[in-house]
Amino acid sequence: MIWLGIETANTPLSVAIVRDGKVVAELVQNIKLTHSAGAMPAIEEVLARAGLKAGDLDVIAVSEGPGSYTGVRIGVTLAKTLAWTLQIPLVGVSSLKALAANATLYNGLICPIFDARRDNVYTAVYQGVTLEALVEDHHAHIADLLERLRALDAPILFVGTDVGLFWDNIVEELGDNAFRAPFSLDLPRATEVIRVGTKVELPSVEATHHFVPQYKRIAEAEANWLKEQKEKEHE
Amino acid sequence: MGEFIMNNGLILAIESSCDETAAAIIRNGHEIVSNVVASQIESHKRFGGVVPEIASRHHVEQITMVIEEALAQANLKPVDLDAVAVTEGPGLVGALLIGINAAKAFAFANNLPIVGVHHIAGHIYANALVQPMEFPLLALVVSGGHTELVYMKEHGSFEVIGETRDDAAGEAYDKVARVLNLPYPGGPHIDRLAHEEGEAVPFPRVWLEEDSYDFSFSGLKSAVINYKHNMDQRGEAISPAAVAKGFQESVIEVLTAKTLRAAREYQVKQVIAAGGVAANKGLRISLETVFEEEGIPFFVPPLKLCTDNAAMIGAAAMPMFEAGIRGNLMMNGRPGMELKSWV
Ligand SMILES: Nc1ncnc2c1ncn2[C@@H]1O[C@H](COP(=O)(O)OP(=O)(O)OP(=O)(O)O)[C@@H](O)[C@H]1O
Ligand SMILES: [Mg+2]
Repeated sequence: MIWLGIETANTPLSVAIVRDGKVVAELVQNIKLTHSAGAMPAIEEVLARAGLKAGDLDVIAVSEGPGSYTGVRIGVTLAKTLAWTLQIPLVGVSSLKALAANATLYNGLICPIFDARRDNVYTAVYQGVTLEALVEDHHAHIADLLERLRALDAPILFVGTDVGLFWDNIVEELGDNAFRAPFSLDLPRATEVIRVGTKVELPSVEATHHFVPQYKRIAEAEANWLKEQKEKEHE
Repeated sequence: MGEFIMNNGLILAIESSCDETAAAIIRNGHEIVSNVVASQIESHKRFGGVVPEIASRHHVEQITMVIEEALAQANLKPVDLDAVAVTEGPGLVGALLIGINAAKAFAFANNLPIVGVHHIAGHIYANALVQPMEFPLLALVVSGGHTELVYMKEHGSFEVIGETRDDAAGEAYDKVARVLNLPYPGGPHIDRLAHEEGEAVPFPRVWLEEDSYDFSFSGLKSAVINYKHNMDQRGEAISPAAVAKGFQESVIEVLTAKTLRAAREYQVKQVIAAGGVAANKGLRISLETVFEEEGIPFFVPPLKLCTDNAAMIGAAAMPMFEAGIRGNLMMNGRPGMELKSWV
């Protein structure tokens, strides 16, 4: 089985090839190159380094979000189109779960964080080792998240390049229960996207057409529109 | 990426610059083998206009189905194709990126070259799907985002000799439609109302400087708004049909007169109209009439090829492909892309 993994949900980019449970090549970077320019060449590059052609792939795993709307869509569009035209299955993996998987050996609570701007985050809480979701992926204000985490009253390991943006706040709220992963675990990795992907049953090839990103947030215009509808009902 | 020769003359074209997810297969630059358009208009209607984020979300939902449908209708497989063409800009960046990344992934997986096409070049080349383009040529591009007179000496040569200084014609149509409480997009509704019996409300024509080929429609739009405002204040009801008629007459008179003057000055062999507003019945009739009198062949594509579609992108890509122009896997969306000559 040859897997291609794609992760473009936030600023970092990662692409990997895993063959029969072994990592063949992985590219991980955290530079401000747009994914639209960088992602497809990165896929070409890891395939070339692995000595493979697109047609050699058996399955694709993609980080399906949440994260930057555009970032998520670029990875999903590439993955969808490749999987459909190659007629191979496409597996979607939570960007937060894949990030938490970096710290999989930590036998405690893991909280992956992506900045969603204006003091908001995409986040979740995963149990280490099993990667079971204790708090599902969601969009939250950092203050609401920290209140929820404080109620858990347990040590929590925070992962992600964006943790630094909130670290003072986190320590203030959680004190000695706040732990920060070493920087080397902060970048999402396509190998983890693949590893998490291997745990699920492979979808049918026909399902690819219906694959959609997991934004975990409705579009602002739609939220406003729904609010207006509700207000109209009340009138 | 792929052999750079044409075997079957078949291009798969993809367009996603605004609110249509579209794919088409074009043979030899002029023959439509298939042409699939998934419109999102219904979804945007409730917002009264295209919402970029919603547009991007729909594109990602639709894109592979639309491409598959284009191949299925053409009864072709990826191996039959010679190249992939995609709209590179201008347009909504998030929307463009879906078509571009799908095109890159498809081209890479199937070892095909890729060509990035300018959306307005696409609108102009929609005409190549109807009859051969004859140069020198004058194109009146009237769409939701553009109003331009483009002079073409030959294939791939574009000189914008006039353009709007404010609103595009389609934008003016849509804004006036909103004033009249017509559904989005308003162009076709105004066009329909303008053809009803009755008087027209007189509105000004904006000519700008005597020798200018530029356009301006925001003053006309304001005149309509002021008219409605004054009538409202007087407690009088307006006749939407009379307003539509007056507005449309003003737009058509200016577009027609400037196009005719440019066609004479540049001594063109052919005049073509392109873009969504070229679907306008009144404009078509007006241009057909003056150019028949003038003795210059005038063409406008069928309605389906006036609004956004991928067939036009495939038509524009063919001469680009033949001129050796290629994109690569780094292709990015270019929301403000300029119409540049490729020769
Ligand atoms: N019969 C008509 N009369 C007038 N306007 C029309 C008619 N039919 C469509 N339109 C207008 O055409 C516009 C859509 O055209 P088109 O799809 O070419 O524009 P766009 O793709 O949004 O803009 P651009 O091509 O400049 O990026 C809308 O403004 C619509 O109201
Ligand atoms: Mg258009």
